Amino acid sequence: MPRLEPPQRLPRIISSPGSTTFNRTSSWRNLVPRIDLALCTGCLLCWKFCPEACVGLPGPKPEIGMDYCKGCGVCAQECPAECISMDQEAEA
Amino acid sequence: MKKVLTGNYAAAEAAALAGVQVASIYPITPATQIGERLSEMSAEGSFGGRLIRVESEHSAMASLLGAASAGARTFTATSSQGLAYMHEMLHWVSGARLPVVMVDVNRALAAPWNLWSDQSDSLSQRDTGWLQFYCASSQEVLDTVLMAFKISEKTFLPSMVVLDGFTLSHTYEPVDVPDEKAVREFLPPWRPESRLDTGAPAAFGSLAGAKDYIRLRRRMAYDMEQALSVIDDVAKEFERLFGRRYEPLAPYRAWDADTVLVIAGAAAGAAEAAVDELRRDGHRAGSLRLRVFRPFPADALRRMLHGGMRLAVVDRSFSQGSEGTFSQEIKAALYSSSPKPVTTGFVAGLGGGDITVDLLKEIWAEAHNGTVNPAETVWMEDAR
Amino acid sequence: MKTSIPQEELLRSGHQACQGCASTVAMRYALKGLGRRTIIVVPACCWTVISGAAPNSSLDVPLLHAPFASAAATACGVKAGLQARGDEETTVMVWAGDGSTYDIGLQSWSGAAERGEDMLYVCYDNEAYMNTGVQRSGATPMGVWTMTTPDGNRRPKKDLDALLEAHHISYAATASIAYPEDFVRKFAKARAIKGFRFIRVFSPCPPGWKYDPDKTVDLARLAVLTGVFPLYEIEAGAFRLNLAPAKLKPLAEYLAPQGRYKGLDPEALAREQGSVTERWQRLLARKAAS
Repeated sequence: MPRLEPPQRLPRIISSPGSTTFNRTSSWRNLVPRIDLALCTGCLLCWKFCPEACVGLPGPKPEIGMDYCKGCGVCAQECPAECISMDQEAEA
Repeated sequence: MKKVLTGNYAAAEAAALAGVQVASIYPITPATQIGERLSEMSAEGSFGGRLIRVESEHSAMASLLGAASAGARTFTATSSQGLAYMHEMLHWVSGARLPVVMVDVNRALAAPWNLWSDQSDSLSQRDTGWLQFYCASSQEVLDTVLMAFKISEKTFLPSMVVLDGFTLSHTYEPVDVPDEKAVREFLPPWRPESRLDTGAPAAFGSLAGAKDYIRLRRRMAYDMEQALSVIDDVAKEFERLFGRRYEPLAPYRAWDADTVLVIAGAAAGAAEAAVDELRRDGHRAGSLRLRVFRPFPADALRRMLHGGMRLAVVDRSFSQGSEGTFSQEIKAALYSSSPKPVTTGFVAGLGGGDITVDLLKEIWAEAHNGTVNPAETVWMEDAR
Repeated sequence: MKTSIPQEELLRSGHQACQGCASTVAMRYALKGLGRRTIIVVPACCWTVISGAAPNSSLDVPLLHAPFASAAATACGVKAGLQARGDEETTVMVWAGDGSTYDIGLQSWSGAAERGEDMLYVCYDNEAYMNTGVQRSGATPMGVWTMTTPDGNRRPKKDLDALLEAHHISYAATASIAYPEDFVRKFAKARAIKGFRFIRVFSPCPPGWKYDPDKTVDLARLAVLTGVFPLYEIEAGAFRLNLAPAKLKPLAEYLAPQGRYKGLDPEALAREQGSVTERWQRLLARKAAS
């Protein structure tokens, strides 16, 4: 019979900060955002409104972190230049 | 320094001496005076901790969850309905492995309303993961609160120090109050390795799956088991510094007794007086005071009692549909002994009824003479 | 590069919030306003999950989980404990849903508010018990479908802001994720104020309100522009309306995309429009008087 001995480590679990990034939430996505950078005005609303905090600002124009984007479409909806389209995710 | 203190004032004195940094208080009879005395001491400057005058007992314990998580030494006191109202928080605080110390002044639970002492409030919380100590004098209240901080901080398990409502909480007795410097030597400031700290951000209490959850509880069970030796070590150190020794079980003329009264709390004094009278009449009477209830000192109990004995367990609580709490636990602890003492459970003193010397002699005689069926709980009351 | 709100992110990706969840945007802004010297207390709510399961956390600041009824009391203790350890600077923030705030934790925050405890209490109001799967709370508006009001909620939403004001607190505000600069400014301001501060955040919920997740910010904006969720702040008793459109948009524009309002008949809609307009008039009068 598998016996459960008392674990040696600390008696409580302490969660490490900022450590959920191991969880690639891109697997939740049905629609994928594409930014047409030629039309992008750099207003950064997509960065501001992203619920996943996955729009990066490598320069004056945004970049969507595809590892975490869940495809909610808020960025596309809010983009005043209408330069973000939501396309069907390619079949895996 | 000698002072004349009630059980309640001894508790407040101990909290201040222990260097409590955060105490949450909420009034409830008969524990109210503990918060009042701490307020008075705070106003005079003899209590340096922060007092939070919360709006409920649930919040009292919740605020201590917060304060202890931030690394502060914490204290509160309550009774009866207040303790019942805290129930959720008691599990939370022990699960969070925080060394909170609380005094519970025993009082019966409603309905109907009742203000007086019995042990159903504290014993209803036996499965919450708190250590439980039952006191029999104001001195013991003060000493036990001081020891409880040390024990809790070593075991990462919270402590409940229990005393009888009115009979102990409101009765003045001479108490030897130790010197603050000596207490600080015994109980240095608490400095936990991890706490809420923006310099080392972490989350406490996050959702855990079954694999983690059962391991945390397994570890808690182990630590609770180990607490008996921690309690022993701390009692020895306390004796070395302050000259008073406390054991989990306090036997009185029990070694050669054929029938032993088993009881917890201040009524143990009456049990010892009953034993003296019975001994004068030529009976081999003894008594045993249960001082530590969680963790349950089952080994010590088995070592102390033998098969030829009869036990009369006096319960000031009753689990409806079963029997008195102490009776259940003692029977379970002795189950593996062979031969085992014949153990009868007696329920008395619910809702504040007096547990007198005469009543205890009657209970002793019933158990001794075998006039009761040990399979049944016997309800008793002082005839006066 | 200069941005209108701070770039530092203290909420990390990989969290478990639903697609289009407004409360995650809210947390990002809140922490942009407050910074790293913040400790969060979270009662039972969606954030019990979003903050991460053990041994992980989606946040870069310390967090303490607390039972449903006791977030504010727990936060009082955290603050007192920090002070006992010599830390006067850290902001202690409660981050609670409407179930905890309007219902089960009301006694606890009321006590803390009345005592003037030094904390920032944030209610992200998604107008029902969402973490348990959409059951009505004291914050659910009239007429709304939930799992426990399948034929529509029969009572108006509790006026929590009025309750808060009755506690003489040092700062009270509303905030919407559709207005990031206003949002971040309010949190930065709350950080600098002592005593009990309260911010109610409007938090559209795609699965609970039954709308497509891309409409989250749009609905948050429409709630402000229709007068459903006016943006204001009250500092030491002084009232300030942060945004006063010359003309409110019709309520129907805000309700239309939401499946939870589907059962609302034209008569009920007119009644609701009436009460929104009336409340807006009261705020305008208060603005004029202040």
